[in-house]
Amino acid sequence: MINIELIFPEIFISLSIMFLLILGVFKKNSSKIIHNISLLVLLITAVITFNETISINRTILFNESIVIDYLSSFMKIITLLAAFVVLLISSNYLKTFKIFIIEYPILILSSVLGMMIMISSNDLIVFYMGLELQSLALYVLATFNRDQLKSSEAGLKYFVLSALSSGLLLYGCSLIYGFTGSTNFNVISTQFNTNEYAITFGIVFILVGLAFKISAVPFHMWAPDVYEGSPTSVTLFFTMVPKIAALTVFIRFLYVPFLNLIDQWQMILVFLSIASMLFGAIAAIGQKNLKRLIAYSSISHIGYALAGLVTGSNDGIQSSVIYMTIYIIMNLGFFSCLLMMKRNNIYYEQIDDLSGLSKNHPLLSISLLIILFSLAGIPPLAGFFAKFYIFKSVIEQSMYFLAIVGLLSTVVAAFYYLRIIKIMYFDKEKDCYDKDHSLWLKLSLTFSTLLILIYFIFPSELIDVVSKINII
Amino acid sequence: MNFPILSSLILLPSIGALFLFFTKSKSENKITAKYVALFTSLVNFFLSIYLWILFDQTTSAFQFVEDRIWIKGLINYKVGVDGISILFVILTTFITPLCIISVNNSITKRLNEFLIAILVMETFMIGVFCSLDLVVFYLFFEAGLIPMFLIIGIWGGTRRVYSAFKFFLFTLLGSVLMLVAIISIYWITGTTDVVQLYELGIDVKYQNFLWLAFFSSFAVKTPMWPVHTWLPDAHVEAPTAGSVLLAAILLKMAGYGFIRFSLGLFPSASEIFTPLIYILSVIAIIFTSLIALMQEDMKKLIAYSSVAHMGFVTLGIFTIQQQGIEGSIIQMISHGLVSAALFLCVGIVYDRMHSRLIATYGGIVTIIPKYAILFMVFTLAALGLPGTSGFVGEFLILMAAFKDNFLVAVLASLGVIIGAAYMLWLYKRVIFGKLINSELKKMIDLNKSEAFTLTCLAIPTLYFGFYPEPLINTIEVSISDLIDTYNFNVVSK
Repeated sequence: MINIELIFPEIFISLSIMFLLILGVFKKNSSKIIHNISLLVLLITAVITFNETISINRTILFNESIVIDYLSSFMKIITLLAAFVVLLISSNYLKTFKIFIIEYPILILSSVLGMMIMISSNDLIVFYMGLELQSLALYVLATFNRDQLKSSEAGLKYFVLSALSSGLLLYGCSLIYGFTGSTNFNVISTQFNTNEYAITFGIVFILVGLAFKISAVPFHMWAPDVYEGSPTSVTLFFTMVPKIAALTVFIRFLYVPFLNLIDQWQMILVFLSIASMLFGAIAAIGQKNLKRLIAYSSISHIGYALAGLVTGSNDGIQSSVIYMTIYIIMNLGFFSCLLMMKRNNIYYEQIDDLSGLSKNHPLLSISLLIILFSLAGIPPLAGFFAKFYIFKSVIEQSMYFLAIVGLLSTVVAAFYYLRIIKIMYFDKEKDCYDKDHSLWLKLSLTFSTLLILIYFIFPSELIDVVSKINII
Repeated sequence: MNFPILSSLILLPSIGALFLFFTKSKSENKITAKYVALFTSLVNFFLSIYLWILFDQTTSAFQFVEDRIWIKGLINYKVGVDGISILFVILTTFITPLCIISVNNSITKRLNEFLIAILVMETFMIGVFCSLDLVVFYLFFEAGLIPMFLIIGIWGGTRRVYSAFKFFLFTLLGSVLMLVAIISIYWITGTTDVVQLYELGIDVKYQNFLWLAFFSSFAVKTPMWPVHTWLPDAHVEAPTAGSVLLAAILLKMAGYGFIRFSLGLFPSASEIFTPLIYILSVIAIIFTSLIALMQEDMKKLIAYSSVAHMGFVTLGIFTIQQQGIEGSIIQMISHGLVSAALFLCVGIVYDRMHSRLIATYGGIVTIIPKYAILFMVFTLAALGLPGTSGFVGEFLILMAAFKDNFLVAVLASLGVIIGAAYMLWLYKRVIFGKLINSELKKMIDLNKSEAFTLTCLAIPTLYFGFYPEPLINTIEVSISDLIDTYNFNVVSK
């Protein structure tokens, strides 16, 4: 086994999962310990992955089925850190609902493991294995608050629809295998005949499956219901982490084997992108529940990230990656605010519950204000730069239509972000929320807000890191 | 010239705002907060005066330029001023302290936040006028929406939510197309640096679309007919200080943008679209003047008069003549002073009577004579009486317009007459006439700070009316150079 050290992060996580499971079985009341160990595991894995990044170039392992390169390392680190923060700030929420149990961190770890495999996959079968591992963990996570009807409903919906999309995806894989004789990305890229329509069919089916995972329109139907029904901490996980992995697969799947077929898939992506941006922006207007609203907002944000992938250039990929990174930071901030809206052990999640927040909680509301303006893409906040890079790479390819539609939908989207701000700042105040939040929650809110706010002072740093990603 | 004077001008108000933000927990510190804000803005004002003294009037090159790498290989943070922009910088730093003084009675809740919003706004406004890079310009241009949205929305009148949303979404909608254009310029020429773009020029075949994209943003901001409808709403609902900032400075961003970008970067397209601007300007002048005539709300009347005045400005800019553009800039400065003062005047009586309707007032000349005098000065300045700064600008613009297109000039002159009509009629109905409303007898004349603010605005209005030389000297070289380049580019292509 050569180069086995390169998959140490994955091995380490798998061993930890097994160890934690055994620990959980034999030790009573171990949820707190397991929670803390899981945090540690995520952090250590991130450090190992980071160390790898420095030393290696693009390496392909195990019969070319796993690829370790800069993109995979970067995305893995983001995944691990995001999962780390989710776990860190969700403990109070879980305790309130009495679901602070050992399965929660273990499930998160297993889904993260699945995502890491997805991110590194260079083969359809490996990719599918990773996908299923993470999905299975996510189904359970969605229904985690099983005493609540909505949570069970969310899990069931997610399971049924996700299974359907996995089926489509598998069908696509088999088509591609049938017409190229291989499941390996590198082999596929040399084997297929560009005039073969079956290949295009295969790509379409796989794209449908992937679009489902990132909830791009028109495969987004599950997202609002699942986001609303799941426990808030799980929703936070849903809005960020699986999307990173799915987007990476998107990049790898389209750009490694099928770059030559760009004419075929480009229009599909343009459609997905435009539909997501517009639909996400318009449908969010009527929402009353913050989690549903953020579901639609995440649909429209995914539209922007896809717009970067449409371009077929390294610039576009990099801008997508930057977009996702900034989006994750904004989302973390938003959900930290959501997790702070607690009064007498009840969490509030309607938009009206924010009414007059600025009177009683000036700091919380100014943070939320900054985050919302950033989500709307107003300069000089980080969200503007994310959109700026995307449209820079889109316009480079002379796709003016996409750029103009995208920017116009930011105006529509601005409306509902402004509505939240209006309710926070212009309306009458309600009762105070609790102020004794955990230190980690406060820290994550402060950090995400500050990062968004001062991003414009150091915009080059993130670009420097991301510009090493070269797929083509 | 190593001291980064422009960056200090831009950053100083924000630092003051940051300072206010961290001291706000003590609720009794309202007066202190105000002094902190006032101090910051005054320092900024004197700094800008110092800038004007150092400013070299004999060259059209950009001065005090700072150029730093910002986004590596893509955008530089570049600021600088020339004759066109320096006056707007000074106008901004001059109006802001007056705004802060004026918040005495009108803002009762969350004074601290209000001052923060105004100071942050000042940062963005100065940034707009100083930036020499399109992306930096866009950044400041758009960022100004955030504080203004909050100023209207939190401290505004009864329909404030509607107005704030309308203001925000109209402006944003206009501006996103400009962003597309800016990025396109980057891909066409490889730079967004304005100075380099002046030298490189932009290919004629792209210019029309780019011009239209910039126009969509500036037209909303100016505001030009028919996208002016956000302005009356925003003005009426905004608190006095907000209206002052809007009228005095925010509207000037667009006029400045037309001169700097539309004329400077897209000369061929400007030549093609001049008739469009003429038509829209003339409609704005006559149509909105007629609307202003029929208003019952004082603030709305002045808001519509702003649209008409900005119509003169756009008309003057696109005559592409020395007098026309000089007139436009002087008109903008003058309108900045006069409309600020008029909104303050309305705010003063509103604070006392809580009504903006003209019908509430009448015959108050004997009750508050000092107010009546100062109000008269600004009324006359607004209608362009010789001896006030309003006259200089309008006269120069009309002179240039007569040279260029007789019909347009005649129609625009008609607007001057209607303008005189609605302003004088407003004055007559508010100040003179019979004293019917007995409540009015309780009104108190101007207090010290109000008298001080209005006098501060009256002095430059009259001074530049009699002696506009300092203004013209500052802008002359830059404009003649701009026109030379423009003509050269148009002829050569």
